[in-house]
Amino acid sequence: MLNKFPLWKNIVILVAVVIGFIYALPNLYPDDYAIQITGARSSTQVDQATLDKAVDALNQEGIAVKEATLNPPNGLIRVNTAEAQLSARPVIQEALGREYLAALNMAPTTPDWLRSIGAGPMKLGLDLRGGVHFLLEVDMDSALQKRLEVYSSEIKRQLREEHIRYRGGDVGDGNTIQLVFRDDASQDQAFELIRDQYNEFLLDKTTDDNGQQVLSLQLSEKKVKEIQDYALKQNLTTIRNRVNELGVAEPLVQRQGRDRIVVELPGVQDTAQAKRVLGATANLEFRLEARQDAPSSSTEVYPFRDDPERTARLEREIIVTGENVANAQQAFDQNGQPQVNITLDSTGGDRMTRATRDAIKRRMAVLFIQYRTETVKKRVDGKVQEVEERKVNRSIISLATIQSTLGSSFRITGLDSTAEAGELALLLRAGSLAAPMYFVQERTIGPSLGQKNIDSGVMSVTVGFALVLLYMLLYYRFFGLVANVALAVNLMLLVACMSILSATLTLPGIAGIVLTVGMAVDANVLIFERIKEELRLGVPPQSAINAGFSRAFVSIFDANITTLLVAVILFAMGSGPVKGFAVTLCIGILTSMFTGLLVSRAIINLIYGGRKVEKLAIGGKLANG
Amino acid sequence: MAKLTENTINFMGVRRLASFGSLTAVILSIIILAINGLNLGLDFTGGTSIEFAYEKAPSLDEVRQTLDDAGYKEFVVQNFGDEKSVLVRLRQDFDDKLAENMADDLRANGAKVDMVRAEFVGSQVGDELKESSGLGMLLALFVVLVYVGMRFQFKFGVASVLPLAHDVIVVLGVFSLFQWTFDLSVLAALLAVIGYSLNDTIIVADRIRENFRKLRTGNSEEIINHSITETMSRTLNTSGTTLVVLLALFLLGGEAIHNFSIALLIGILVGTYSSIYVAANLLIMMGVSREDLVVPAKEGAAGQQAEEEEPPEWLNRM
Repeated sequence: MLNKFPLWKNIVILVAVVIGFIYALPNLYPDDYAIQITGARSSTQVDQATLDKAVDALNQEGIAVKEATLNPPNGLIRVNTAEAQLSARPVIQEALGREYLAALNMAPTTPDWLRSIGAGPMKLGLDLRGGVHFLLEVDMDSALQKRLEVYSSEIKRQLREEHIRYRGGDVGDGNTIQLVFRDDASQDQAFELIRDQYNEFLLDKTTDDNGQQVLSLQLSEKKVKEIQDYALKQNLTTIRNRVNELGVAEPLVQRQGRDRIVVELPGVQDTAQAKRVLGATANLEFRLEARQDAPSSSTEVYPFRDDPERTARLEREIIVTGENVANAQQAFDQNGQPQVNITLDSTGGDRMTRATRDAIKRRMAVLFIQYRTETVKKRVDGKVQEVEERKVNRSIISLATIQSTLGSSFRITGLDSTAEAGELALLLRAGSLAAPMYFVQERTIGPSLGQKNIDSGVMSVTVGFALVLLYMLLYYRFFGLVANVALAVNLMLLVACMSILSATLTLPGIAGIVLTVGMAVDANVLIFERIKEELRLGVPPQSAINAGFSRAFVSIFDANITTLLVAVILFAMGSGPVKGFAVTLCIGILTSMFTGLLVSRAIINLIYGGRKVEKLAIGGKLANG
Repeated sequence: MAKLTENTINFMGVRRLASFGSLTAVILSIIILAINGLNLGLDFTGGTSIEFAYEKAPSLDEVRQTLDDAGYKEFVVQNFGDEKSVLVRLRQDFDDKLAENMADDLRANGAKVDMVRAEFVGSQVGDELKESSGLGMLLALFVVLVYVGMRFQFKFGVASVLPLAHDVIVVLGVFSLFQWTFDLSVLAALLAVIGYSLNDTIIVADRIRENFRKLRTGNSEEIINHSITETMSRTLNTSGTTLVVLLALFLLGGEAIHNFSIALLIGILVGTYSSIYVAANLLIMMGVSREDLVVPAKEGAAGQQAEEEEPPEWLNRM
């Protein structure tokens, strides 16, 4: 028994460890506390003089400046501590006046060569470092409007089916639907029909100025509240899914008041980026291109997103909206062009089949609808005021010929880039909003834990880790040292994987990682106990090492695979933090199996392998010791 | 070939007492949970969010102390936008007076504070967390039952799933009894306990399987005792290192990870106990025997495996 690894195996282990090291490395470069200076108007540029003025002001206040850099059109001043950052902001703001905006920021310090291979540090969570706070308002009126339109078309269809003659029936002012009848009889018929089938409406029979019978339908207050609650909940879920696809981003998404949603994102460096992460508050519609001879009342003209000069005439009728999308994946076609594969839910699939069956060789458009708030200058009572205006922007992202009847799965091609395909897939997958939303406020938010709490938390984690190392060293001597190296590698690989997933670290998260590492010694403990057992039976050292590893393998394998199964199912079924926890657990199991079985074996082989060994330094009383 | 040695500790000697204890603990926990419920944290319940504007930038630690002294519980204090704005989130339900009272409390030591805005906030976790994760948990337990049933034997499947339920119920029961706050970090701790306990149970089960195949003498109870004794030093060392970490977190970690570490402390202790006195105990109660694991014809998939399982070929080549 020689206990030697072939060279290739050592190289594979080494390469894995080196890659892990490189991707874990950025975490050693913590973000700097910084203050970002931007012009209050986009035409104002920050120049060297402005920056110097700010630095001088800080020096006078005795706040140490780590570095001041100019990256036009912005300036960035790095300071050493969070307290310095907090007190520096008003100082700078005062020194520069209202021409400029000073904002709290986190500046990355990752070296360029690391960033160029996509390595970056993990973010610190809202509890440790705070982040950005957004307040979004759900447009309840349009949620209501949307719902009423569905009711309106349903009621109209039923009236037609019952051969009750009516006029009107569209959604009018004050969220009412008004139906006009020629005689009492049809009014009564309609009244009964609607009363029986739509008890959420309050009905009112009147006679209008022209002597016609009118039936007005108004939603009950209870139903209105129900619709609004539903819209808010739906949007809340969508936002949660969008910001936390893997469950490791640790955001805070909660309802605030009647119609608003708070979103807090940790470790975001500027709010523009955060808004991109949050995704545009967008929706999608699939519509057919209008025929040449279609009446203009049933069509609408929209521009293309990438080329506003180009327009297309589309039918008013919507086939499906983003709400019916069950899944969307970015992929490549046979020519290597990016595409998005879309799967619709059953309702969406049925509608798509019905609509495209008779529309082969016609073109279908994907319409992208974006809601945003713009600040515009307006003259109000002779004074210029900045007014926030809500704008809806509809544009076509793709217009493609239907080759055959589409079912619940199809794809969108003709996209510009992989990035665009990825973004579209994300938006589709995360679901669309039940009602439009507008950003109403954005602010930075400080850490939710006090510094004292953070300090003691971090200290306890360090002490805990050190104690595990000490325990192993005392109990297993040299083998304990090997296990400790394996543990350190395990920690490094875990950090590397979490960094690649750009996970967010909260205090309980850090405690969890150290705990995972504490539990990961299990593999080594199992192996070492087996080796000791073999030695007690009088097996020579080299064979004992081999038997220890191979016999413990079965236990380690069974135990880890079973736990991995649980983690994978929790990931697939769970949501939010449960999902995030499952991710960490999966990675932890895989890295600990790798380090426990391979890394520690490699080290032991290097030390003991290929030579005659009389005694193993594994601690405890041994038969041959 | 190993023999049953005299050093074997008679773990199963007290198995009737242990069964009684486990059963009592589970039933008591369920009763306490039914009566007391869980004291759910801010993450789950939501509450009130109040924004204050100070004239001069306050020290957040002092603000926390003031609120603590005034008797508020479970609150989060954060800087909001700039150093003079403070956001307080607390679990108490929103009412008009709450914000004004809190502003008065904050003014008590002479600070100039304005209440800017107060509103109720919803829970941080969605309903889908409860539904989908609960379902996921049940499915995961079922898959463990099937997988262990295939790798080992059906009785082992049952014996690895029930201890998990036991552990979760007991930890929840303790949290309900003392009305400790159950927040997201405790939920994560509970999932970690499940992982740990499952791992522990499988390791013991693995040794029991191995000894049933290897030892020709002794009844089930003796073999189980022997297996547990053999794995004892491993069990002690692994729980030892884990407990060392947890004790450090519990004693030094401060309140932010207090509940997390306490849930794990209880969970690891209960989990280690349950892999011996619930899992192995169940095996004896279900009448596990050598025939379950050795004779190929009698039981399905598990029996057809080689008498002593060998690691895969790629590992032997190391």
